[in-house]
Amino acid sequence: MTLLVASQVTKRFGGLSAVRALDFSIEQGSIVSVIGPNGAGKTTFFNCIAGFYHPEEGQITFDGMPIHHLRRDQIAHLGIARTYQNIRLFAKMTAIENILVGQHFRLHGTWIGAVLNTAGVRAEEVASHDEARRLLRFVGLAGKGDVPADKLPYGDQRRLEIARALATQPKLLLLDEPTAGMNPAETAQMTAFIRSLRDELGTTILLIEHQMRVVMGISERIAVLDYGEKIAEGTAREIQTNPRVIEAYLGSGSAADIAGQDQGEIDVTLPSGG
Amino acid sequence: MTNQAVAPVAPDAPVALAAAVDWRRAVRMGLLFGVVALYVCLVGMVEVFQPRALVTGIITLGQTTMVLVGVGAAYLTIRGQSMDRAGAAAAGALAGAVAGVFPAVLVVIMELVNLRAMFLHASPGTSAVLTLGLGVAGAWIPIVALAIVGAATGLLLTARTDIQRPAAAALVALLLTGLFAGLLRPPLLASPFTAALGRFLFASDGLTVAGAVIAVIAVVGGRIAMRRVNLRSRVAALPPERQRAIRPFSLIALVLLVLWLPHGVGPFFAQVVAVVALYILMGLGLNITLGLAGLLDLGFVAFFAVGAYTVGLLTSTAEYGIALWPFWAAVPFAVLLAMAFGAFFGLPILGIRGDYLAIATLGFGEIIRILAGSDLLKGLLGGPRGIINIPKPIEVPPDHLLAGPIQIYYMGLVFALVVAFVAIRLRDSRLGRAWLAIREDEDVAEALGVNLVQTKLLAYMLGAAFAGLGGAVFAGLLGSIFASSFPLFVSINVAALIIVGGMGSIPGVVVGAIFLIGVPELFREFSEYRYLFYGLALIAMMLFRPEGLLPSKIVQRELHVEENVDPGLGAVAASWEPKGTRR
Repeated sequence: MTLLVASQVTKRFGGLSAVRALDFSIEQGSIVSVIGPNGAGKTTFFNCIAGFYHPEEGQITFDGMPIHHLRRDQIAHLGIARTYQNIRLFAKMTAIENILVGQHFRLHGTWIGAVLNTAGVRAEEVASHDEARRLLRFVGLAGKGDVPADKLPYGDQRRLEIARALATQPKLLLLDEPTAGMNPAETAQMTAFIRSLRDELGTTILLIEHQMRVVMGISERIAVLDYGEKIAEGTAREIQTNPRVIEAYLGSGSAADIAGQDQGEIDVTLPSGG
Repeated sequence: MTNQAVAPVAPDAPVALAAAVDWRRAVRMGLLFGVVALYVCLVGMVEVFQPRALVTGIITLGQTTMVLVGVGAAYLTIRGQSMDRAGAAAAGALAGAVAGVFPAVLVVIMELVNLRAMFLHASPGTSAVLTLGLGVAGAWIPIVALAIVGAATGLLLTARTDIQRPAAAALVALLLTGLFAGLLRPPLLASPFTAALGRFLFASDGLTVAGAVIAVIAVVGGRIAMRRVNLRSRVAALPPERQRAIRPFSLIALVLLVLWLPHGVGPFFAQVVAVVALYILMGLGLNITLGLAGLLDLGFVAFFAVGAYTVGLLTSTAEYGIALWPFWAAVPFAVLLAMAFGAFFGLPILGIRGDYLAIATLGFGEIIRILAGSDLLKGLLGGPRGIINIPKPIEVPPDHLLAGPIQIYYMGLVFALVVAFVAIRLRDSRLGRAWLAIREDEDVAEALGVNLVQTKLLAYMLGAAFAGLGGAVFAGLLGSIFASSFPLFVSINVAALIIVGGMGSIPGVVVGAIFLIGVPELFREFSEYRYLFYGLALIAMMLFRPEGLLPSKIVQRELHVEENVDPGLGAVAASWEPKGTRR
């Protein structure tokens, strides 16, 4: 079943088309990556899905419903959650409070109920705290719940951001460069973790990633953007051998993008992982 | 080299000590405080305070301000430096003398040139204070006097702690009782039992010598007695269950003190504490809007006015009253109407962010004030003549326990307790978390499914409701309301007391209201000069304690950050391996 369909999506900033007539679809339960050189329109496309931008043309449907005109909170209610390229946690709130905010719209206590501290509100608070603790454990942050988010180490912050997104119980999780700034060991852990999200929670995952090692290892399908247009789509193997992709990366002079960033090797022959 | 250049100014400085003493610093502080001395003279504090005595016949308040300049110069010279006693005295004397040069030169210049066209207080009166009445022939007096003060400060700062502490306490006690003599004397004279005591301790212009001696003895003796009894460590030594048993008693003592306060301090103070209670109430309301949700609302006074006018219209027995309701029946309507106005105003503007919201709300506050005073609504709200004859919440004879502002004080406290309770419950709920999230990053909060309009509007409406409650209390306090009772200054005061107290902190609101609203009232005697210190205190506060006096835990983390987060490749979390990861 197709979870998300984007057809002919165009987003312009002034005269510049950041995303141009993009067709794209994601199957339920799959892990899909969007790659492309810097400025190719990957994050713009993400922002169109999550309601941060509204495309000028085309439409995006999620679960059969058009969503391209909805507000961010309405899109979150439908089951899309995201993380950010530059981590955007609620820095002064503790880890567990961050996760609790993610649960906000699924809770129902009213302000009067909160003032009167009704049995219903109390039960809901207990349940939501339990769930938050479970999510902390799931992402490996057990025992760090009361640390303010900005005091967590970098890798923990990335994981907390994912936990916060998971707290909305999304059907589709958008991860914007989840391994940015990580060393190889951390990257490997994150890759395994992303796969476990799909395998254990059944969450469909759309990924923007620069590190080919990550992308080729876990994606079932890969879409390549360049100058706002999709120039290729397919399995890892198909992408690696696609002449337009190689030209976009190597021809444009940004060879480092397709290389494993910190290693500097060109990874086009890496066999796709299972 | 510097030492030799400077040494002649302080002839009593032993040259052998030069190595240990930072003479440059002494001169620098002297110059700095010299400018302060000049300023204090020219704005007229020295002259205006001269008729008021700190201790009658010994030292006037005008002289005290100059002494404090010397103390300040010496204190900042010596603080944090390691010097022996003679060195400290010498450095203090130098700093004081350098500072004293400025007023000395001022005396000479005033003799030669008439500065009064520009500086009203560059007058013979100021000159007389500075030279003890000798005129230009006594121009040396400020230099010597401040040098002596500086040396004394140096000696005190390097004294043994068992001398230094009581001496400093005694001086502070002397200063405070002298300053507040004008406030302490009338209540004593009012009662026939204490009138004699009042005359013994206080003269009409300040402390008597006997009063000064007794104040010093009381403080020093009190300190020694406290040391003997050593209450704190005795309590700490008690077993925990006994400590718990003591706690209710200290709580009861605090409650009794709060209840007794308006009775013990006389009618003027009773009015002051009632106003403080009112500001606590409003501060707790704005604390939800500004402290938790981060919405800077500078039109807060609009809702205050709505509450006050609602009560006025519904209860007034004079011209514009429409219902003749009792006060208590009108209060819920005032709250609900203020809340409705909050919704009405909030909906169109809550999409605006940060600074822009502040300006938009400021506009609303002004609109309400101007409308209330306008000819357009004159037939309804009385225009500039306002609404009068609003009944007291509880009608009692004038000598009753609950007369006048006292009942407003109690009412304000009770309402403040209710509002604080509501605020705490809300803060700890899912709404409180959503508000904090919006304050931190509203885009992200929205992307997590928080409905921004609904959530912000609720914060705005609850803040408005509490402001309306404050307005109702205000109408009951004054008995009459005018459009001019609702200036922008009220909104700014409430916002400032939250920031000074600590954003989002409920005890902070109480402390902020006492500090910003109550304390300036105590110095009413010193007319506009108190705002000089008010402004200085605010600046110092924001420089040295930006998170507020009693910050909530979250804000304290916010502003005193140790940078311990590795921005790059963070610590490898070796422990991290999601359970059941499959390959």
